[in-house]
Amino acid sequence: MKVLLRNPRREIEVEGITSVAALLGHLDLNPESVLVIVGDELVTNDAPLAPDAEVEIRPVISGGAA
Amino acid sequence: MKCRVCRGPAVIDLKRHNANFCHEHFVAHCEEQVRRAIHHFSMLAPGERVLVAVSGGKDSLAAWDILTRLGYPAEGLYLGLGIDAYSDDSLAAARAYAEPRGLTLHVVDLAETHGFTVPGAAAVTRRSPCGACGLAKRHEFNRVARDLGFAVVATGHNLDDEAAVLLGNTLRWETDYLARQHPALPAGRGFARKIKPLYRLGEREMAAYCVLEKIDYQVDECPMAAGNRHLGYKETLNELERRSPGSKAAFLFGFLDRMLPLLDPAAHAEAADVHPCTECGEPTTGDVCAFCRLRERAATA
Ligand code: SF4
Ligand SMILES: [Zn+2]
Ligand SMILES: [Zn+2]
Repeated sequence: MKVLLRNPRREIEVEGITSVAALLGHLDLNPESVLVIVGDELVTNDAPLAPDAEVEIRPVISGGAA
Repeated sequence: MKCRVCRGPAVIDLKRHNANFCHEHFVAHCEEQVRRAIHHFSMLAPGERVLVAVSGGKDSLAAWDILTRLGYPAEGLYLGLGIDAYSDDSLAAARAYAEPRGLTLHVVDLAETHGFTVPGAAAVTRRSPCGACGLAKRHEFNRVARDLGFAVVATGHNLDDEAAVLLGNTLRWETDYLARQHPALPAGRGFARKIKPLYRLGEREMAAYCVLEKIDYQVDECPMAAGNRHLGYKETLNELERRSPGSKAAFLFGFLDRMLPLLDPAAHAEAADVHPCTECGEPTTGDVCAFCRLRERAATA
């Protein structure tokens, strides 16, 4: 499946992953730091992922100290 | 996963609350947290006008949206920092939010109004861009609020921002800064009231709110933020949170409930010898305020 990552914006191909939790584990991402969007919809950690799903992993941590 | 309230399919899981919510009940949860924040710290009188400092990012747009939902007449203030494409995109996001909703967005550009930009000021003073940026924001939010007749300025600081600042201040025992880390700094001596109505909501909740409510925010990061200390604190706290959900909220809320009341007198003592800046009239403890000094150096560069 295609996975869109941000900051910087880039796309990767991932094979053999069937759930959001497994995808975040595979990419070593903290579920507390991201949202997962499939198509247009926000999904929870236990949601299944179809092989042809279009997934965006959006970081939610923003910078500035002010 | 099922919504805690209606048992319908959930769109978000919040480990800290040990709860999942559907779209509708998640929005209700966000409203409720802001209502509680406002009530607990007497941030706003019913129906009080408020100026929201809007960056185009998720937090400030969500703050504006929720305050409006709760019935507060809220106008936005966007401050142009002159950070190239990032600033252009941020302003575009703020406009795209405000216009279709018929909300008033005030725009002030640092370069047009004061003759300098944040990257320019950082280069001249060799301060961090975020230091110059923070100084400019504090000055301009206060100045514009007073010019436009607003008694109160709201910012989009969320639970993660406040917990990260708290960690930084605690690691260095910055007692003056700790005393001012109040979700509602009272007005006085030329200062508008400053409120942080999102302090009970996490960063992930604010991003989720915007995605669900179709608020198109600026997702890209400010290029000046990369590698700063604040981000490091957030990552550290999120590691703790992963192992022990609720840590961030316990850290921040415990401070607000039990530590801040002990520090409060220190904050008031500090405000004692504040008077108007001889250049701009904004409150300062010196003759010329730090913003005017920065502007002079940056503009002559
Ligand atoms: S990251 Fe720093 S320079 Fe960029 S907007 Fe935030 S405070 Fe300003
Ligand atoms: Zn529900
Ligand atoms: Zn001044």
